[in-house]
Amino acid sequence: MKNLLFAISLLLFSNAAHAALNVFACEPEWAALTQQLAGDKASVYTATTALQDPHRIEARPSLIAKARRANLVVCTGAELEVAWLPVVLRESANGAVQPGGSGYFEAASVVHMLEVPTRLDRGAGDVHALGNPHIQTDPRNFIPVAEALSQRLIQLDPANAATYRQRFADFSQQWRAAIAKWELQAAPLKGVAVVVQHDGFPYLNNWLGLHEVATLEPKPGMEPSAAHLSRVLGSLQQHPARMVLRAAYQDERPSEWIAQRAPVAAVELPYTVGGSDGAGDLFGLFDDTVARLLKGLQ
Amino acid sequence: MFHRICSVTALAVALCPPASAAEVGESAFNPAFSLILSGSYGSLQRAPAIPATGFAMNPNPGHEQGFNLGESEMGISANIDPQFRGTATLALDPAGGISVENAFVQTTALGDGFNLKFGRYFSGLGYLNELHAHAWDFSDQPLVYAALWENQLGEDGLQLKWLAPTEMFVEIGGEVGKGRGFPGSDRAKNGSGAGVLFVHAGDDIGIEQSWRAGASLHRTRRVDAESADVPDLNGNAVTNLFSGDSQTVGLDLVWKYAPDGNLRNSYIKVQTEYFRRKESGELSYDTVGANITDSYSVTQSGWYVQGVYQFMPRWRSALRYDQLDPGSAKVGALNAGNVIADYAYHPTRTTWMIDYSPSEFSRLRVQLAHDRSRQGLTDNQLFVQYIMSMGAHGAHQY
Repeated sequence: MKNLLFAISLLLFSNAAHAALNVFACEPEWAALTQQLAGDKASVYTATTALQDPHRIEARPSLIAKARRANLVVCTGAELEVAWLPVVLRESANGAVQPGGSGYFEAASVVHMLEVPTRLDRGAGDVHALGNPHIQTDPRNFIPVAEALSQRLIQLDPANAATYRQRFADFSQQWRAAIAKWELQAAPLKGVAVVVQHDGFPYLNNWLGLHEVATLEPKPGMEPSAAHLSRVLGSLQQHPARMVLRAAYQDERPSEWIAQRAPVAAVELPYTVGGSDGAGDLFGLFDDTVARLLKGLQ
Repeated sequence: MFHRICSVTALAVALCPPASAAEVGESAFNPAFSLILSGSYGSLQRAPAIPATGFAMNPNPGHEQGFNLGESEMGISANIDPQFRGTATLALDPAGGISVENAFVQTTALGDGFNLKFGRYFSGLGYLNELHAHAWDFSDQPLVYAALWENQLGEDGLQLKWLAPTEMFVEIGGEVGKGRGFPGSDRAKNGSGAGVLFVHAGDDIGIEQSWRAGASLHRTRRVDAESADVPDLNGNAVTNLFSGDSQTVGLDLVWKYAPDGNLRNSYIKVQTEYFRRKESGELSYDTVGANITDSYSVTQSGWYVQGVYQFMPRWRSALRYDQLDPGSAKVGALNAGNVIADYAYHPTRTTWMIDYSPSEFSRLRVQLAHDRSRQGLTDNQLFVQYIMSMGAHGAHQY
């Protein structure tokens, strides 16, 4: 009996000793960043994969069960997860991770948002009142997010503050060096005209100086129709583009349709960690994104 | 309008952040306000007022014929304070008037997996019961919900749920209430008029599949429940009165599959539910005529199975099969020559629908049904329906 109790307590507490924090990350990029900043101090669960549209996730029982056990929820925010996260958090009945509390972190809250609509009207499609939520396509956004997230980890787990500080300092240094490298590699992309499938790349465009000339979705969140694709094709006669960009989770048919009819290259970008074989971690995500864009130029 | 808000009011802080996106709940609006507009066209070969064979003592929500405005539904929800969250759903009746569909308060800070809800809510039994009409995959409810729950069991009372801290989703819940919706008889008395217990479990299988299974138990006491136009053994339609205990058990299972777990392009959803109700007590036969009272007990049951297939973005099609069993009643000797004990008929229905959603906020649907729920009165039904939602972006349940 004594042995059994010992075994049980070992099982319970050894787990706790290895990973102090149970983290529920909405998207793979925030899971990767949290792991980068917390190392073995956190056990991170990722609610979505790179092949899933983060707008269209259901409040599945498994997500509710994971949120129930979480100490920290790390999400994009800016209404990206509005269709499912509120239900998950409410049903989880976990007081620690409710919005407004210290166990709830939104990356978009510390990033300079682009495309904040001046007109909130669904006639314009599924617009996000707080701006375009796809902030993870600009690596520069990861610096303020990492800093705020690191602060949050310290607040929740002060015993390991030194580790979090050290890991943030290391990440910050490596990341800044990597950004400089990517910007150098991506210099030929400056001013290149591109078409995008979903309005999901303003941060990438802003970072690399890509020039967006058309969108395949007639309005954000609406599927590209044949009529709209024909119009885009027509407009490409006057404003030619070099590439048509889409995220790994998006249907390839609209981009391929355009690529077959106009002299543009269809480029699938990983969009987040796990979106391609090369995008195994945060560094790989941008290595691969830049490489694929450069390949699209050829 | 939003220009104006941005420029002149204090709301600008919430609606028009200059730089970063401040953390907000489900909407920049407070409270979150939404409006569902729906309407339909129905073409039936038989009068919708005729109940399913063997279910004349049950409710018959039926269908509307011709053009009609469905219920427009107005939803308002917000956190009340750090402890409570309130939700109200008001149904605007096409004939005029407003009815309160839901008006409940939920705790948000109990923690440890506890969720307490009180007010008027849809009971947590079964799978479909909690879903609002605009989230149904067909324009109507399965026969078993129509006959045993008058489409949907609404209750005035309180519900306590507890979510276990396990890897797998396991939730247990209980409700006590007034017994407002059928089969309750909405009595005004002290104490509880109806009770519900339910348990749900669910999980993912890999990243492409997910499921949820549930079992539920509902008990109430029916008092002076009157049913008109009930056929009897003498070929008449009479009014009966029943008082007795009602106990219903239910099982439900939902399974979903999407390639790569990406619902945007295509998915499959299969669900099935089974309910079995035992009622036993005293039946007064023909209250306006003979008025003979004796014992009566019957076990009714029903089930459905349905599959929804989104075969391309925006387009879904679904098939449903329904069956009811009116059971064979034990009728006391005094009424053995009056009350029909065994109808020897199982009502069934097969339904097919296709719907198209131009965006997340709009849906257009065509539905065909081959209805054999009434013996000898086969009915082919056509429904055309629209469902539109405005305002706050609602989050849907699984």
